[in-house]
Amino acid sequence: MAGSKARRRIRPPKQIVLDFYGEIPIFAALILIEIMHQYESMFILTPVLSDEQLQEAVDRYRELLKENGCEVVNDESWGLRKLAYPIQKKSTGFYHLFEFKADPTFVDKWELAFRRDERIIRFGTFRLDKHAVEYNQKRREKLASKSK
Amino acid sequence: MSSVIEQNAKEGNQSEIRYLTPPPIEVKKEKYCRFKKAGIKYIDYKDPDYLLKLVNEQGKILPRRITGTSMKYQGRVAQAVKRARHMALMPYVTDLLK
Repeated sequence: MAGSKARRRIRPPKQIVLDFYGEIPIFAALILIEIMHQYESMFILTPVLSDEQLQEAVDRYRELLKENGCEVVNDESWGLRKLAYPIQKKSTGFYHLFEFKADPTFVDKWELAFRRDERIIRFGTFRLDKHAVEYNQKRREKLASKSK
Repeated sequence: MSSVIEQNAKEGNQSEIRYLTPPPIEVKKEKYCRFKKAGIKYIDYKDPDYLLKLVNEQGKILPRRITGTSMKYQGRVAQAVKRARHMALMPYVTDLLK
């Protein structure tokens, strides 16, 4: 046992050499371009907003998605809803839901906008896997048929 | 009578014991994973009414040993419930949820 331990110590550590020489190889660049994930973002706006203010707030985020070249899949408003527990001493809030395809780097920017906005009391962005995408599509179709 | 007993003994049926009332045998219900059975692959956090089935009265996630959910889906259940809690669709702590 002791012998093997000693031998292990002598052995040089395995290294994976990544020598790009400061350049990103073409195949890596191609992968970087290809990455687009589907996300779902839900946020709660304060109930003190008027209808106009609410529209303006939501429009701002819709605009932000458009500016960053994201494909909006779903845009859904749940309206005023009771919260399960008070957030910032408020017991109700306007729920809004966005589903979009975006680059992973965009999510940071997206969430930073939420954090800076005082009108938003809670938000959550979740990446959707293929089952989730399928589920959401069915859900949307169901909602569409119900509203008709 | 004795001849019948002897016959039984010859056939090897001595071990048969008869009760006046049959002893109660507990039939254990086979547990199954509801998600595997129904073919549900994604558990939605946006649907708190459904998630209510997977928590107890205090809003705690029910263990696998009670619901029979498979490991794979238990993880997804936990994730969905936690997301729903974060989005204030479900309470973190409560009483008399059902």
